[in-house]
Amino acid sequence: MKMTVGGRAVSYVLAYLFALIALYPIVLMISSSLKTNMEIFASPLSLPKTFSLDTYKKLWEAVPFADFLWNSVFVSAMSVLLITVFSAMAAFYLSRFSFKWTGGLYFFFIVGLMIPIKLGIVPLFLLMKNLGLLNSLWSLILIYTASGIPISVFILTGFFRTLPIELEEAARIDGCSHFQVFWRVLLPLIRPALATVIIINFIHAWNDFFFPLIFIQEEALKTIPVGMMVLFGEYETDWSLLFAGLTLSALPMIVLFLMASRQFMEGLTAGAVK
Amino acid sequence: MRWLIHLFPLPALVIYTLFVVYPIFSAFLYSLYDWNGIKRGVFVGLQNFITLFTVEPFNEMFWNAFRHNVFYFVIEMIVQNGIAFGLAFLIYRKIRGSGFLKIAYFMPRLLSVIVIGFLWKLILNPNYGALNTILAKIGLGEWARPWLGDPDTALLAIILINCWFGIGFAMLIFLAGLQSIPEDLIEAARLDGATGWRMLWKMILPLCMPAITIMTIFTFIQAFEAFELVYAMQGSMGEPFYSTDTLAVYFYRMAFSSGAGDVTLGLGSALAVVLFFIVGSVSALSLYLMRKREVQH
Repeated sequence: MKMTVGGRAVSYVLAYLFALIALYPIVLMISSSLKTNMEIFASPLSLPKTFSLDTYKKLWEAVPFADFLWNSVFVSAMSVLLITVFSAMAAFYLSRFSFKWTGGLYFFFIVGLMIPIKLGIVPLFLLMKNLGLLNSLWSLILIYTASGIPISVFILTGFFRTLPIELEEAARIDGCSHFQVFWRVLLPLIRPALATVIIINFIHAWNDFFFPLIFIQEEALKTIPVGMMVLFGEYETDWSLLFAGLTLSALPMIVLFLMASRQFMEGLTAGAVK
Repeated sequence: MRWLIHLFPLPALVIYTLFVVYPIFSAFLYSLYDWNGIKRGVFVGLQNFITLFTVEPFNEMFWNAFRHNVFYFVIEMIVQNGIAFGLAFLIYRKIRGSGFLKIAYFMPRLLSVIVIGFLWKLILNPNYGALNTILAKIGLGEWARPWLGDPDTALLAIILINCWFGIGFAMLIFLAGLQSIPEDLIEAARLDGATGWRMLWKMILPLCMPAITIMTIFTFIQAFEAFELVYAMQGSMGEPFYSTDTLAVYFYRMAFSSGAGDVTLGLGSALAVVLFFIVGSVSALSLYLMRKREVQH
């Protein structure tokens, strides 16, 4: 569509103004983490005068960040792996077979899209206690896997259904079993949808702090968000340390995002509007 | 070995049933019992629900939090989704640097809510925070205030931060919706003389309905589940003076602040059930109504 010159100028101003609003707090966070406390209070908005990583050294001594990082990586990777494998298997079945029960089964999974799982937190707490999983990273992995399944089954089933059935028939004539059709023929074809599922669930598992807050008490088992929370409580007046803590918790995700931003963007929107 | 295929949905089914369906179902049951101490007491039917809605301070707490959730939804629909749609439209009309812009808008969404909460707490700090400093620098010094400490501004501040967080995601959904509109439909409308606003209202918005439906439901669910940001910034009491309290924060307070297994467990479960019905019924209804209105293409 055509735009007037004035309209175009206004568009650019608005678009880039919002980019500034989105990025500025993050830039402020990183630049403040490189300042001293004195500098933050004297000139909160300017860039740091000297480059110093002292705060980060102090932070490294204050919290076991390496532990938190490992816990976060383990929990997120495990959850995403389980969600992807299990949801793909379920979605394949639901999109390729129509027995009496498949419609009902699909509906049963999809209902989960509207269930706020946090509301079941009390029974979930007791269940984890009975299973001996309090203070275990597996409690988190199981919950993230379970709560990630509805959206993942939804996206993957939709995507499987768009694949022509002839592909599969050809493979079967060549002698492929169900499993081979699934693994060799269909799975490679739904890569964009798999990327969506992986990304959505990864962001969720990585950033969540509600469940670790409740299930993990032991310091060495905390994930990054809850681990850092302790820091924010204890060092209330040390602003540069707080900003360093914030930066450090955000950094792994930001780096990952910048490295794979195209896949990220495409993946996120691929299955959304179908 | 062909029957093995029927085991394919099993792992997903078992985990989902055990850790999502069972806890919710149990919460329904819990709400029908009186709890004393750690043990479930006698069956009391709907008594917990009656208490929740008729006995002080529970009823006041409920409606106070409920109003805040509604406010959350309205502001997010207007501010977050309004701005996000505008930005998606700008990118859809081919603006330079759209790759960078998309990354920039989405960046806040990558941060954990706990990081966002504390980051904004520092920015909004009444004495040294960046916002009041900026206001002073551009001559609006008298606007400066303790944003989060003032009951009049605290809730709005939190909701706007949530909008800041969510705009990038909403923008991507709207953009995907816009990009799925067939070019020839737009072309045909233009040949018929549709321009500017007319084109937007009569063509583009109706054709974007699937994306708008999805975002409306997402926003609704999000607004009624609002917990993390409030908890991270204002604690489990929705400070100051419950002015930022939401139903989920109130629920958390009942379930955990007084220690699990307390008398409020039945009441808390009743609140969970009410919240579940609000989210479930409204999202099911809006899905149904909006699907009917969608334009097929």
